[in-house]
Amino acid sequence: MILRDLFAVVMLSGVFSLLSAALFVVMDAVDVAFTEAAVGAGISTVLMLGTMALTSRQEKPPTHSRALPLLVAFITGAALLYGTADLPPFGAPDTPIQMHVAPEYIARTPTEIGVPNIVTAVLASYRGFDTLGETAVVFIAGIAVIFLLHQSSRRRRDDENDEEEV
Amino acid sequence: MDHHYILRIISKMLIPPIMLYAFYVQFHGDFGPGGGFQAGVIFAVAFILYALVYGVEKLRKVLPPLIVRAGMALGVLLYAGTGAYSLFKGYNFLDYAALAEPGHAKAGQHLGILLVEAGVGLTVASVMIAIFLAFASRAPQIKDTDW
Repeated sequence: MILRDLFAVVMLSGVFSLLSAALFVVMDAVDVAFTEAAVGAGISTVLMLGTMALTSRQEKPPTHSRALPLLVAFITGAALLYGTADLPPFGAPDTPIQMHVAPEYIARTPTEIGVPNIVTAVLASYRGFDTLGETAVVFIAGIAVIFLLHQSSRRRRDDENDEEEV
Repeated sequence: MDHHYILRIISKMLIPPIMLYAFYVQFHGDFGPGGGFQAGVIFAVAFILYALVYGVEKLRKVLPPLIVRAGMALGVLLYAGTGAYSLFKGYNFLDYAALAEPGHAKAGQHLGILLVEAGVGLTVASVMIAIFLAFASRAPQIKDTDW
């Protein structure tokens, strides 16, 4: 099945995002699932639809052979599957990620921060500096998009005047 | 979209609950899943839904782009300002214990998390609306027959 209608592709990626959000809920990562559902399935889909309205609705047929991209995707997928074989079982308590700082956060949050959601305590307090950086990244991304795409109201007015003159 | 009565009325009914839900996610983030990032996106979605159904020009009237751009900067400023305040009080940067009386570190942490999450939410919501406005203002109006 080869899909060239980009509207369908955007919708499918939104559906995929929502399904992975459901997967995160199954894996007890509710905060991540929440973000995935809101950003991945919601905003990204709308922004990609907006991009599509600015560009094209149809993908151009490729001019070169698809054998190489298919091979690269296949090898990458095989390597990832091979890698998962070495992963510890899901939720195992003795994995390195659970042994490092996580017990410390779980032990110290009730006495030091006192908020029930440890994810929020880590995100906003223990790792507050990181979150400040993330917020700055979002801010910079917004500025960049405005610089690239924004049409000032003056220019829009000029355009309208031009049309009237014509 | 003037003749899509069902779509217009249903989205008009949905927008206030979406906003209320965004505030719930924002302020309940300490106790359950959620926080500034998710709440900001949900809050922005309410405005984007409005623009999708009623048109971008109406959104510009409801929410002037100048306010959106100010909100982008104010959120980061609120976050960094919380950190700077704790510096001036003689604590480490972003040490929320500075926000309460000495010995009441937990109350300071609560207030600090509330403030920085509010900053995150404000910036994320404003940036999402600004990006949507930047895209949608350039796109030609989509006609019903195009879909």
